[in-house]
This record gives sequence, structure tokens and C-alpha cells, in this order.
Amino acid sequence: MARTDAPPAGATAAAPTGPRGPRRGRSRGKAVYVGAPLVLIATNSVMFVLFFVWPAVIGLWYSFTSYTGVGEARFVGLANYSALLADDAFYAALTRTLLFTALVVPLTYVLALLAAVLLSSPYTRGTGVARVIFFVPWLISPIVSGVIWRWLFGENFGLVNFVITSLGGSAVPWQSDGDLSLMVVVFAATWGGTAFSMLLFIAALKSVPVSYYEAASLDGAGSWHKFRYITLPGIAPTSFIVILLGTIGAMKEYALIQALNNGGPGSENNLLVQYIYRTGFERAQIGYASAASFVLMVILMAVAFAQLLLNRRREGQR
Amino acid sequence: MSSRSAAPLEQPAAGLPAALDGSTGRRSSRRRSRRRAELPQRLSATAVLWLLAVVYGFPVLWFVLSSFKPAGELFSYPLTLLPEDPTTAGYVQAWTQFDFYRYFGNTLLVAVITTVLTVMASAAAGYALAKYRSWWLSAFAVCVIATTMLPTEVILSPSFLVVRDLGLYNSLAGVIVPSILTATGVFMFRQFFTTVPDDLLEAARIDGSGELSTFVRIMLPIARPIIITLAIFSFQWRWNDYIWPLIVLNDPDQYTLQIALQGIVGAENVNWSVLLGASVISMAPLVVLYLVFQKHVMSADMNAGLKD
Repeated sequence: MARTDAPPAGATAAAPTGPRGPRRGRSRGKAVYVGAPLVLIATNSVMFVLFFVWPAVIGLWYSFTSYTGVGEARFVGLANYSALLADDAFYAALTRTLLFTALVVPLTYVLALLAAVLLSSPYTRGTGVARVIFFVPWLISPIVSGVIWRWLFGENFGLVNFVITSLGGSAVPWQSDGDLSLMVVVFAATWGGTAFSMLLFIAALKSVPVSYYEAASLDGAGSWHKFRYITLPGIAPTSFIVILLGTIGAMKEYALIQALNNGGPGSENNLLVQYIYRTGFERAQIGYASAASFVLMVILMAVAFAQLLLNRRREGQR
Repeated sequence: MSSRSAAPLEQPAAGLPAALDGSTGRRSSRRRSRRRAELPQRLSATAVLWLLAVVYGFPVLWFVLSSFKPAGELFSYPLTLLPEDPTTAGYVQAWTQFDFYRYFGNTLLVAVITTVLTVMASAAAGYALAKYRSWWLSAFAVCVIATTMLPTEVILSPSFLVVRDLGLYNSLAGVIVPSILTATGVFMFRQFFTTVPDDLLEAARIDGSGELSTFVRIMLPIARPIIITLAIFSFQWRWNDYIWPLIVLNDPDQYTLQIALQGIVGAENVNWSVLLGASVISMAPLVVLYLVFQKHVMSADMNAGLKD
């Protein structure tokens, strides 16, 4: 939430007349301190310049060159970008990433909200243990999550196919079929991503006033109506954050798919970050990979911006 | 409301939203039988909760149980839930023959050092943002937010070149140093210190305490809950980090757990016996840490956007 909340907060804080400003000239007193805050932000400022500004600047520069990591970086103008737009492998990775995101984000949203509602409900028993169970996947690294689901969905040895064949079905090609393989990645990503969103939802559900539900009950509103017209609007800001963070996270997915099927079968399920990694490190086309990086960055920013706008408009209508 | 239009809506969701709002009466006539109506709802909501919990818990359960099977039993049909002949051979082999003791040590070193540095740097920066006003502090805040828009995954190759040019390539320091700055950490502390009354700072000033010593002696101790929460989160991020160690480390002696695991997964013939044991070894510390500090994780101020 800091990502979206912080800019306005920082801006108001910086305004010369804070709420206490005019009184007894306190704001002037604060302006005196320069050394202490400078020291306090020194470490992070250096880190910011070294590992953020520097890579971003040279990355942008290299995206206009044919740099390969050694020797001279030859300026090629927009050649990398125009080559990228004609690159089938890039489009394949992009569409696969978008499909993956479109599947994971809604699924995670629904399951996280369901889990949060059930855990906050006065009707459920054993929520303490259930909460721990839901939370364990968050502790497990993407690599190990990939291994766990690979073990479960192994084509010749997995439990899932064993159960299916035991029940008289025929083994499902979870690994050799591209779409099924992606589905397993979707399951695994949803499984791993639920706990975090669930925590956000639990906090949000607590903040919806109980009196709203009581009033609605007196008016004879049904459970679904209460959920639809009280709960959902009440947690709308959290829904926005969950969807935004989920989208950005899914667009960057790498480790999980790497362990689960290595972008396979073949290169069918190569997602964007894997494409960038392969181009930059395995084929050492740093200039070209940098161009792909900046396209991904533009997409991420566009996604964030579009969702922010949508959120603003919806808030405005209410 | 007409029952015809309501039925399809209420059917699938009956147990859940009812469970959500703490009321039972769908129609006013039913309010009288509230007591009796509660039981089925309690049962259905609990049933759905536990069905979901089983779905989420089962993959890990199956995985951990499998890790105690001897290599020959792993693939022998029919599969059994419990190992018939439990063994820790996979664990022993992973720990000794596959050098997981070393990867474990490397990962622990990286996670602990990074966490200490991250907590210190974030606390200092967050405090500065909360308690001092100036245009360059606002600019700094915007810069920190910007880091979330351009994560390492996006600028892989240039980040690699920077680390190489700084002479940090193939060293654990190359994994540690670039991970110190986290926007989440900075804003968690900023949010916390904003709630600390300015009077406390003023009082310290009147007593003649220097700015930095006020921060270290008064402010840091009261920020203990945030320190613990961020420490847990940071430890988890660094312990599970994959892509950054992957591009920085080249020498197998320096590998962290996640890279070593991926090494086994990516092999031509996956050694599942070792892989299962090694995976369980790698996730055990976090599960223990979580169980010990559960309260701090669950009550974390989630408004600070805890994801890195």
C-alpha cells in the first residue's frame, strides 16, 4: 500500500504549512535540522544511486546499442526495439505472460477472499490451525513450490495421475501438453500467493463496521446482498491493492516456473522474465535484453497506471 | 425479493456470506428460528473452510511424507500416503554428499547480514521521513517508491553489469549489498514513527540530547515491534531469493539453497530422493521462525505493503 499511498502523504508532509506549522513557529525550528536527516538517509540514498539509478541509466543506454557484455557498445538507435516488435519469441512470451496473469490474479483474488471471509467468520471452528495451514505456502520459496507441484503432477510418477489412473482414467499429460503445464503453474502460483492477499483481506474485513450488517439484517437483507453491497464496497481499496500487486507479481514470475517446468515443454511456457534472462545471459545479447526489459517496465507502469485510474473513477462515482 | 431471481445467487454462496456477517435470517419470518438456523450454517461454513485447508495443506503434507520414503519406494505403484519403510537417507545424502550444509550456511549468512543491514537502514530512513521536513526528503521518498516500479527482475543485465563493475561479482557481498534498500521496510518505519508524538522528540531536544542519539537511544527501542516484523519479512525474502543470487554467484561454493535446489531440478535425471530431502531442509527454518513469531507476522501492519 505504501506504493500508492505514500506519494500524496509525502507531498502533504512537505507542504510548508503543516497542521502545526503556524503555531509558535515550530515549522521553522524543524527546518534547522539538516545534518541528522542526511546521515539517516545516507545508506539508502547510496544504495538507490548504485543499484537503481545506475542500472536504469546504463540499461536505457544499452537498449540502444548492440552491447554483448564485452568490448565496445555500438549505437544502433531503435534497431533493438524494432527487432523486438518483429520477434515471434518475444510475442509468444508476452502473450503467455498475459494469459498467466489473467488466470492467476482472479483465481488468487477469489480464493484469498474466501479464505479471509471464512477465517473471520464467527461460524467457523478451528480457524487458528486453518490459518497456519493457509500461511505455510507463503513461507515456501517459489523454487520449492515448483518442486512440490512438480512432484504432485509428475506425468509418470505424480500422485494426481496415480489417482486418475486408479479411478479408471488415463494419465493426463501435465508436462508434455503446454496448456495443461501452464495450468499447473497457475495452480502453484495461486497456492503460493493466497496467504499474502488473505492477510490483507482479513485486516480489511475487520474494518467494515458491524452496525452496517445489523442495519441490513433489520431491513431483511439476505446474506448474499450483505456481502455484495456492504462487504465488497467496504473492502474495495484492499481489492485494488491485491489486484495491483498480484498483477505486477504475476508479470514478473520466474523462479516458480523455472523449477516447475523450466518454461516447457520446449519453450512454450517461457514467460517474459525468462525470455529476458535467456536473451541477456545465455545469449549475451545485453542490448537486446535491455530493450525487452524496458518494454516490460512500460507494461508494468501502464498496468499500475490503468488500475489507479480505474480506481479513482470508481471512487469518484460513489 | 422474488425467490426466482435470488435462488441462483444464493445457492452457491449460501454458507459463506451468511457466515460472514454474523446474522442468519434471510427473511424476517426466519428471524425467530435463529438459534436453530445457526447450526447448519456453522457446519457448512466450517466444512468449506476445512475443505479449503485440506486443499492448501495437502501438497506440503504429501511432499514431506514422500521425503521420508526410500528412493525405491518413491515411484513404486501403488503409491501410499505414509512411507512403508521410513528413512532419512535423502536428507543425509543432501546434507553431506550434495554439500547442503554449505549452501545452508551461505544462505543463513546472507539472510542474517542482509536483514540486520536492512532493518538499520530502513529504520533510519523511515525515521528521517517521519520526523524531518525538507524538499530533498520528499524527493528521497519519491525515489524509494520508484524502486518498486523497476524491480531487479526487470533490469537484470544492467544490474549484473553494475555488480560486476563494483567488483562484487561472485561474492556473497554481491548478494547482500544490493538487497539492503527496500521500499517496504522504509515505509513500515515511516508509518510507525509518524504515530510517535513529536513531543517526545521535543522533550529529548530540551534535555540536550543530540538528534542521532535520540534516534538510537529513544526511538529505536520503541520501534521494537516493527523491527521484529521487518526482520522476519526480510529474512524470508532473502532466504527464498532466487534470481539475484543466480546472476551474482558463479562459484558453486558460494551457492545459496535456492540455486543449489534449482541445480538438482534442472539436471537431466532429477534425483528425487535428494531433492525432496533438500527441499524440506530448505523450508524448515522459515516454518520454525514463523511458528515462533506467528503473532508478529499476523498482526503486521499490512498497510505498509509487505511484498518485495
